[in-house]
Amino acid sequence: MRCIRFACAAIVAATLVAAPRDAAAQAAGQAQQIQQQIDQLRREFNDRLTALETQLAALQGGQPAPPAAPAPAAPPQATVEVPPGAAGAGGPSGPLPVYGAATASSKIFNPDMAVIGDFLGAGGRNRVAPQPALEMHESEASFQAIVDPYARADFFVSFGEQGVELEEGFLTLTSLPGGFLTKVGKMRAAFGKVNTLHNHVLPWTDRPLVSRNLVAGEEGIDDAGISVSRLIPAGTLFLEATGEVYRGDSGESLFRSSRRGDLAYVAHLRGYHDITESTNIDLGTSYSYGHNPAGIEQDVDFGRFTTNLFGVDATLRWRPLTRAIYHQFIGRSEVIWSNREQFDGRQRAMGYYASGDYQFARRWWLGGRYDRSERAEAASLLDRGGSAVLTYWPSEFSQVRGQYRRTNYADGPAANELLFQFQFSIGAHGAHPF
Amino acid sequence: MRIFRLLLVLVLALPVGAFAQGKLNVVTTTEDLGSLAREVGGDKVSVTALAKGYQDPHFVDPKPSFILAVSRADVLIVVGRELEIGWLPPLLTSSRNGKIQLGGKGYLDASTNVRILEIPTGQITRAMGDVHPLGNPHYWLEPGNGRRIAQAIRDKLTEVSPANASYFAQRYGDFDMRLSAAEKRWDATLAPYKGTKLVTFHRSWPNFMERWGLDVIGYVEPKPGIPPSPQHSLEVIDAMKQQGAKLIIVEPYFDLKTPQSIAAQVGGKVLVLAPSVGGTKEATDYIQLFEYDVTQLAAAFKQLTGK
Repeated sequence: MRCIRFACAAIVAATLVAAPRDAAAQAAGQAQQIQQQIDQLRREFNDRLTALETQLAALQGGQPAPPAAPAPAAPPQATVEVPPGAAGAGGPSGPLPVYGAATASSKIFNPDMAVIGDFLGAGGRNRVAPQPALEMHESEASFQAIVDPYARADFFVSFGEQGVELEEGFLTLTSLPGGFLTKVGKMRAAFGKVNTLHNHVLPWTDRPLVSRNLVAGEEGIDDAGISVSRLIPAGTLFLEATGEVYRGDSGESLFRSSRRGDLAYVAHLRGYHDITESTNIDLGTSYSYGHNPAGIEQDVDFGRFTTNLFGVDATLRWRPLTRAIYHQFIGRSEVIWSNREQFDGRQRAMGYYASGDYQFARRWWLGGRYDRSERAEAASLLDRGGSAVLTYWPSEFSQVRGQYRRTNYADGPAANELLFQFQFSIGAHGAHPF
Repeated sequence: MRIFRLLLVLVLALPVGAFAQGKLNVVTTTEDLGSLAREVGGDKVSVTALAKGYQDPHFVDPKPSFILAVSRADVLIVVGRELEIGWLPPLLTSSRNGKIQLGGKGYLDASTNVRILEIPTGQITRAMGDVHPLGNPHYWLEPGNGRRIAQAIRDKLTEVSPANASYFAQRYGDFDMRLSAAEKRWDATLAPYKGTKLVTFHRSWPNFMERWGLDVIGYVEPKPGIPPSPQHSLEVIDAMKQQGAKLIIVEPYFDLKTPQSIAAQVGGKVLVLAPSVGGTKEATDYIQLFEYDVTQLAAAFKQLTGK
């Protein structure tokens, strides 16, 4: 028995080694043919381009548009010969059509791509949570396209100083019956406002203390999962309910899943109303639940401890439509409660921020933020802070920001810092944040 | 956990909004397309326009209230040519409406059959400002293009609602006749000023100016989407003085300070024209938009040139 098995294994191995050699010889021949096809396509493409340019020149010369452009003659079908050695075995002979050759060489279906650079600098002193003097904090590459008539896909890959991370990568099913908008993949959870925002659309250089202390800091609740949301009919009021299920791994100390069943859940209800055409209010309430790492020792969850997060958020926006590019105001606040089980009992921590940002000229924004948050693991520790922010927009695609930040830490000396940021975007024009 | 499950069950159990009213729900991104859809659709359609005529169509907030409107649309008509690129895609994604997704039966890009100007040739970069790689998207500002948009709307409405085909055809025919009559009037009004040189704030008017033979010699913006700079304003002043241009046309959503100081330097005049239906209260529909702009323009030329 054993020698039969050995013989079989040897034959399989020999086949595997031999096959690529034959394939290599064939591949060389095919490569040459493909090169010829590419040359042929290039010639056809150039002819067609010249024809179209002539047509365009005629149009721009002020002539009336022709009723319909004559249909272009179908380019001759690209072909390939039956590979030598394969003929005569009952298969096809002569030239074979090549399918997909034209689209394979075209870029038309490439996704929209963009890269956003986020450069951060810091001066002053911070002994509790210091950040580097100069840092290419993040380079976010985005790839976005429509997948098929039923879905689109969005990828955001973040290159930071610690390495590469898939910040988000998800499929959105846009045409499901019943009005369900479904997202599948890794994504920022719909918990409150700041958690959903990428770094480059924040109105500050940093995230508020309450995000850092209670909602997993910069990373936030960002996990692999499924999100389903639906509009709730309520007349002119926009009401959207979202339910999400995640694997249960977010941040260093927020959620950690040691078993398949230890999933994390997020629920969000958003209400929006236009008070006038220039003023609107956006209210939200969020809930999240998952297992925390407090009871996990060497991948075994001894404690079975969980964390419950509850949040409310409010955003007031004012943007007069006739002067929309010169003036607007956005006031925001989020309050978050954390209820975390640990070996030393429950920690009930609370935190909030309140901020206001005013665009006072086409290129200038002035903002301020007040921060106050207890810490999730030790609710008796209270951090407080305040920031003043000035932002300059040379264009839609770049921005320079300075932020003065004072933080009174519960367990260290107060930090006075001057932070500055350069942000710049190349590639496809992204959607304006709202 | 229990709260979550309860909430989920509640949401799933809610009925899908019933929007059947017998009328087609037509949503357009701008008021111009809205007006043309009303001309063709008459009382068989109910039209909602998202952006107002007096706001910059490049910078519109994708408000959730717009999501509501788009989610109920049977037909969505967009300007296209990347005019709405900053705000329409998130609305489409969040609309949960398969009918009006890109390529859907209810989706109409109004720019596919019209005359588009300023399609860039050669390499383009953002060093040129916020250039539109697919050409100037302000193409609706020319009645010939308006007619072609109306045809496209007629065809789309007919495709979605074949039972009303003859109604839409008759409405289109009526609009076409009124537009042709008005065009003769506008042509006559502006004929004496053919070749007159002027300056505009943004590149919003190439189709309009081409139609009536007016000569735009410069822009208050140094590059599309880039705010005025002192250096560029001096160049504009020089050009206007050299070439005898006296009039600066400004869209209602731009600041008048720089245009006014330029006009003062050359002894000219600033004129705010409506780039869209609703851009001024007189521009109540597509024909009234041109009625207003042509009348205002002719009056300004008359005052400046004495002709």
